[in-house]
Amino acid sequence: MKFTKSIMIAALALSVAATGCKPKDADVKAHVETKMAENTDASNVQVTVADGVATLTGEVKDEATRSALEAAAKDVKGVKSVVNNTVVFSAPVIAADDPLMMGVTDATKDFPTVTATVNDGVITLNGTIEASKLPMLMQTLNGLSPKKIENNLTTQ
Amino acid sequence: MSTLASKYQALTDAATAAGVTNLQAREQDGVMYIDGTAPSGAVKDQIWAKYGEIDPTFTGGDLILNIKTAASEVGSKVKVTTESSNLNIRKGPGTDSEIVGKAAHGEVITLVSQSNEQWWLVRTDDGEEGYAYAQYLTPEV
Repeated sequence: MKFTKSIMIAALALSVAATGCKPKDADVKAHVETKMAENTDASNVQVTVADGVATLTGEVKDEATRSALEAAAKDVKGVKSVVNNTVVFSAPVIAADDPLMMGVTDATKDFPTVTATVNDGVITLNGTIEASKLPMLMQTLNGLSPKKIENNLTTQ
Repeated sequence: MSTLASKYQALTDAATAAGVTNLQAREQDGVMYIDGTAPSGAVKDQIWAKYGEIDPTFTGGDLILNIKTAASEVGSKVKVTTESSNLNIRKGPGTDSEIVGKAAHGEVITLVSQSNEQWWLVRTDDGEEGYAYAQYLTPEV
């Protein structure tokens, strides 16, 4: 009887000890997130933790930030390993006005009822267009890498 | 997730599911920029249809959807898909370039180069070579 009791106590002590040195995934996640928040270039990074494996996903500014985040996550107590699934964010490429205007002229050539202007990367469309042709024109204009398209066209 | 990202999530999800590669979606100054390469023209149309569901009039002014189509093989055939008219073949890539030939509506011609996204270098069976507006050319499958 006494023997059984001591085993039970030992088992209890062991389980307490085990939970004591193995932080919960949720706590680890919170710590990793705090670390990520310290890096202002990592505002879009999400963290998940499962059995001590931290997975980072999202977009970061550059390769250096990517490595820095991985290192910071590894430093957190309870993180066994880090899966770094972040990708380097590449800023959208905006066409210069001159080539953009040339592209817009070509694209709207067959749409005499459409007038288009280009200013600082923004294409502004006015006039009318057949509803069925609007998607085709929009596809072409989107492919010219403008900053924005202000579409004021009335469909017919 | 930002409001814009949520607004267009169905679109990015559809692009991922349809096998669009190099897919990137990011926001800058209130505009969402979604880029990628579709494996075929049909997939590109599918993604554009999704955009049409989200913004049927394309008046939101908050998305630039730049989906390119994976390059067709050089020497492959493309069909002239104008509404009814002939397609001009020009000396250079631009409507300001001289017209050097014409391809009839429905004619199947040879693709020489797609190095310019909007203007493809083509050759007719008569041997006329020059640039034609890509919007009116559909790869033959």
